[in-house]
Amino acid sequence: MDEGIVWLTIFVLSVFVGIEVISKVSSTLHTPLMSGANAIHGVILLGAVLVTGTTDSTLALVVGLVAIVLATVNMVGGFVVTDRMLQMFTRKKPAPRKGADV
Amino acid sequence: MPTWVQLVYLLCAVGFILALKGLSGPRTARAGNLIGAAAAVVACALPFFYVEGLDHIPLILLAIVVGTVGGVFGARKVQMTQMPQMVALFNGVGGGAAALVALLELEHMVDGVTPGFDLAATAFTIVVGSISFSGSLITFAKLQELMTSRPVVFPGLPVVFGALVLGALALSVLVVTDASVPLGVVLCLVGLAFGVLLVLPVGGADVPIVISLLNAFTGLTVAAGGYILANTVLLVGGTLVGASGTFLTLLMARAMGRSVANILFGALKGGSTLGAGEASDRPVKSAGPEDIAILLAYASRVIIVPGYGLAVAQAQHTLRELVDLLIARGAKVDYAIHPVAGRMPGHMNVLLAEAQVPYEQLVEMDDINGEFKHTDVVLVVGANDVVNPAAKTTPGAPIYGMPILNADEAEQIVFMKRSMRPGFAGIENELLFDPKTTLLFGDAKDSLGKLLKAVETL
Repeated sequence: MDEGIVWLTIFVLSVFVGIEVISKVSSTLHTPLMSGANAIHGVILLGAVLVTGTTDSTLALVVGLVAIVLATVNMVGGFVVTDRMLQMFTRKKPAPRKGADV
Repeated sequence: MPTWVQLVYLLCAVGFILALKGLSGPRTARAGNLIGAAAAVVACALPFFYVEGLDHIPLILLAIVVGTVGGVFGARKVQMTQMPQMVALFNGVGGGAAALVALLELEHMVDGVTPGFDLAATAFTIVVGSISFSGSLITFAKLQELMTSRPVVFPGLPVVFGALVLGALALSVLVVTDASVPLGVVLCLVGLAFGVLLVLPVGGADVPIVISLLNAFTGLTVAAGGYILANTVLLVGGTLVGASGTFLTLLMARAMGRSVANILFGALKGGSTLGAGEASDRPVKSAGPEDIAILLAYASRVIIVPGYGLAVAQAQHTLRELVDLLIARGAKVDYAIHPVAGRMPGHMNVLLAEAQVPYEQLVEMDDINGEFKHTDVVLVVGANDVVNPAAKTTPGAPIYGMPILNADEAEQIVFMKRSMRPGFAGIENELLFDPKTTLLFGDAKDSLGKLLKAVETL
């Protein structure tokens, strides 16, 4: 099989999986879901590491390092902020009526 | 690439699928996010173990440390009210990174014989990554109120816009026929300009939809990057985000009763997302906290409509105390959550969860809309557009068609407002002038504190 076709197959199947897995999300979770998906595309860090590690020009190295910083911010910040949001959903018990939260 | 590496990449791709699946259910969401994080970390660590002759490792690790510190700092410091712009910012830098990676790959392609399809994917990544970067920065500026949140349009904008589209296409074709880095840089600049012009005409209330759309864009650029680098985990991860992000954008737009095309280009077609944006001087009925306290204290059914203003005033905790008190006095009290309450879908749930409001008291719009006619008092705190009847009655209004909470059907409506300034959508709310409506002016936290005291003495 042509290699291009293999890539196309992966792409098309991923599109359907992507839509299918989130099709039942309630609007309550739209914000954390968007934020979590946002963090997942931070995996471009992998691409940034690959191109930066195989370059030998100084300019390209600098550009690559900038890309690594940006991608890391996207990935790490994204997952941490999503976790912070979701932490609040999992708290089960209502707080005492007059708590220390004043 | 060794087989074991490919298998680990496959596991990471499955991890991303499980992450999205988990994130779409309330009980599994946190675990889903952690699975996604683990998969991403493993995927990004792999090159250090299998790529032969990977150079500059100390510098790369340093850059990762810098990014991690920045990301964690931003994510921990951000207030929950500012969450949407934080997501926008994280998304933008991701898009920027993808564009830079593609530019660097273009440099590699210049020397060798590269198939046209690789070059097309590279051009796509450069353009769309740049759009995502600059577009996200503008959405950040709008939500952070570094610039006006109103739509910005100028004469000739559609022409400039069209010229940029044609320019981007022509440049992309050039890049495909003749790979050259300077051309790639120009393409990048065109993309940046395009992103700015794409978001400028979008009104503040619609900006969150655009964040979601740009998020999907970045996903697709990462997928294209995966194709260029022949890396499955980038391709699958990027495509998943691109597809689910697009679907989520449509879901959000539907919750607001708008089409995505209308949100993006409405202002271009003649200012349909423009509002009056001015306070009117028509007479309204206002009252002090003591009077409102009596209304609330003797009501048996109360519905609270919380809005972004509540969160800005940091009054969620005081509101919860008031609600707890009313419940203790025997009233039935719920919070009516509009799908887009806050700044984006689900934002209000996060904000109230932070104030430890029990999940069961948050009722979604469709489940509570029938209840308003049997309700004694509706207390609207810092919300406006989500109860604006103009969404049903005024076809020209920017929010026309958006489903709203039927607060107008209640016996009494109490608005807590700082001023007569219109809501985020910039249009006047007829409900404020309704004879059933009473206004309580002042800072939400301050007023709620006074209400709480007054109810306690009754």
